[in-house]
Amino acid sequence: MNEESAMGAEREPAGVPSATREEIDLQEVADREYEFGFVTDIEADALPPGLSEEIVAEISRRKEEPEWLLEYRLRAYRHWRTMAEPDWAFIDYPPVDYENIIYYSAPKPKKKLESLDEVDPELLETFQKLGIPLAEQKRLAGVVEEDDTPAAELSGVAVDAVFDSVSVATTFKDKLAELGIVFCSFSEAVKEHPELVRKYLGSVVPHTDNFFAALNAAVFSDGSFCYIPEGVRCPMELSTYFRINAAGTGQFERTLIVAEKGATVSYLEGCTAPMRDENQLHAAVVELVAMEDATIKYSTVQNWYPGDKEGKGGIYNFVTKRGACRGDRAKISWTQVETGSAITWKYPSCLLQGDDSVGEFYSVALTGNRQQADTGTKMVHIGRNTKSTIVSKGISAGRGQNTYRGLVEVKKGAEGARNFSQCDSMLLGDRCGAHTFPYIEVRNPTAKVEHEATTSKIGEDQIFYCNQRGISTEDAVSMIVNGFCKEVFRELPMEFAVEAQKLLAVSLEGSVG
Amino acid sequence: MLEVKGLMAEVEGNAILRGLDLTVNAGEVHAIMGPNGSGKSTLAHVLAGREDYEVTGGSVRFEGRDLLELEADERACEGLFLAFQYPVAVPGISNAYFLRTALNAVRKYRGEAEVDAVDFLALVRERMKLVGMDEKFLHRAVNDGFSGGEKKRNEILQMAVLDPKLCILDETDSGLDIDALRTVADGVNQLRSSERGIVVVTHYQRLLDYIVPDHVHVLSEGRIVRSGGKELAQQLEQEGYAWLETSASGAGGGA
Repeated sequence: MNEESAMGAEREPAGVPSATREEIDLQEVADREYEFGFVTDIEADALPPGLSEEIVAEISRRKEEPEWLLEYRLRAYRHWRTMAEPDWAFIDYPPVDYENIIYYSAPKPKKKLESLDEVDPELLETFQKLGIPLAEQKRLAGVVEEDDTPAAELSGVAVDAVFDSVSVATTFKDKLAELGIVFCSFSEAVKEHPELVRKYLGSVVPHTDNFFAALNAAVFSDGSFCYIPEGVRCPMELSTYFRINAAGTGQFERTLIVAEKGATVSYLEGCTAPMRDENQLHAAVVELVAMEDATIKYSTVQNWYPGDKEGKGGIYNFVTKRGACRGDRAKISWTQVETGSAITWKYPSCLLQGDDSVGEFYSVALTGNRQQADTGTKMVHIGRNTKSTIVSKGISAGRGQNTYRGLVEVKKGAEGARNFSQCDSMLLGDRCGAHTFPYIEVRNPTAKVEHEATTSKIGEDQIFYCNQRGISTEDAVSMIVNGFCKEVFRELPMEFAVEAQKLLAVSLEGSVG
Repeated sequence: MLEVKGLMAEVEGNAILRGLDLTVNAGEVHAIMGPNGSGKSTLAHVLAGREDYEVTGGSVRFEGRDLLELEADERACEGLFLAFQYPVAVPGISNAYFLRTALNAVRKYRGEAEVDAVDFLALVRERMKLVGMDEKFLHRAVNDGFSGGEKKRNEILQMAVLDPKLCILDETDSGLDIDALRTVADGVNQLRSSERGIVVVTHYQRLLDYIVPDHVHVLSEGRIVRSGGKELAQQLEQEGYAWLETSASGAGGGA
């Protein structure tokens, strides 16, 4: 990375250009700063730093939670006290002082909100700057083609915006409610749909699962909740935008998505944070439940502040994401583009319980400067004829370290299970590293598991070839890397694909030549 | 158009070009022939601006500018095109996207408006006829999984779309069967014009049966040792390069 370079992104407004995805002009990206590094001056209502049963109880009290949820949090907290931070990942960071983190911070509401019009203008402006449309568009929502190349005219996107620990606005709620779809903040779901939350919370990622999941279960503050009833195809993309603003706070959000029999939903999440010199902890938990014939597509463009070029500051991103295909022919598809965070520790996984259920994981992880990523997936084949596909593209630049870590597990009863894994790494420069740790555990002789892996250095030949056609080195690198990531980008909904390509272009600037 | 004087270049300390002179005017087709290792491909790459080659002496003027001062992409934008002997694959990037990006880079450099997808498609469809390429090639990744003949045709297509002033064809005939050779040569011939210079670098004479040159130069040990008309190529075909050995050292003494 060169002197001026920093990670960042130029976010496209919600409109979609009519050009095909490939023809998006990467050269328009000129901004070299981490664009979202600003801080919003807004009064916050925060708890003192540190963690104790009192703090956990206070979070629960402030959120006016029912007794069972407080009990759940306390169980998780007590369990967390007994656990040690995992150290098996290929990442290196100074110990986190959990007593020095603020576990709850909420923008102080001027009054109780009844509608979007009453949201603090400071907050609306923040999301405006981030390019997140919180004002509901007037146009009617059309139908989103799932899996296919998205139509040029996308329907509206329903957005839930989470600022520090609290959801500040959810759009298109009424429209979705007509179809029986629940899309709201997690806190609201606890109040309005306690039976659903109680049934599914912790059912995929139990509070005992791992150190960060236990911590999250104890202190999670908000997040998104989606429920798609039987037979309903959600007509628009559902999206949550996470923003960390306050200093010294951790963000611990919880997302729960349930798709009943035959339901279909596509969900997007995006995230940014201000540039700060200290590291901030983000430990989220995402649980997905797909019943018989249901499909959940979950896409992430992660652009937390990555720290500066010396590795100062940046988000520690320790996230547990898991989906369960509970019914036959259920399908869960994870797509992630990870360009931000100082440290990424994240393994979106699928439990393939139903027969013929399908799990997919498509990932692009880019580490530049001194970023470290240890990411991958777990595909657990339990039902018969379950299928999983893993496509991982790791790009390392600067002094970045990029690790793919994946587990394909075929249980005894998983007759006819199939997996295909492809893990490709690309190196830019000679001070970065790429590592692959594929684990395969097969307990059924009929299983077919394939693994392919490649590591390549971006070719001087390729760059010269592009140069000779008039294309500058910077544009050539970004083109070659985009080509490398294409199999993943084409899984993203159109808007995110645009953003992801631009994000890569900006993140790569100055990394070669 | 192109004026090369006393050009010297080396790769990893080995001198390859040792005082090469060459002048190409608009409208002319020059063939550069010579045995393996004589410096033919080096000349092509040095002119195109490949960084692995170090220019240690001489000068190159292109359309009145000092070519050696320019980066490889600037040379391309100035109108210098190299058809590669081994075209490089760019997986995941379609031919159409690559070519439009290149065309717009060149146009931008020249201060011209960028072409939109519709105009581009019309242009490229028309140019594809020159090399008898099927439209499906537009949607395939650049040179990825292309056969030898397809790659070479693709080079000529790029040349036709980018409309350069000077074309350097580096061993464009290598790896082509006779039908493919004819198609590629037809494409090049249709691009011959009074405003364009073409330099054909080749080991064998057979390409020159199809692309008939105005001038033929024989390169040996990094210098042009003999120049003549198209009949010189035929002489080389009959006599091989062995006779050069003596005349090369003779010419070397005098130059």
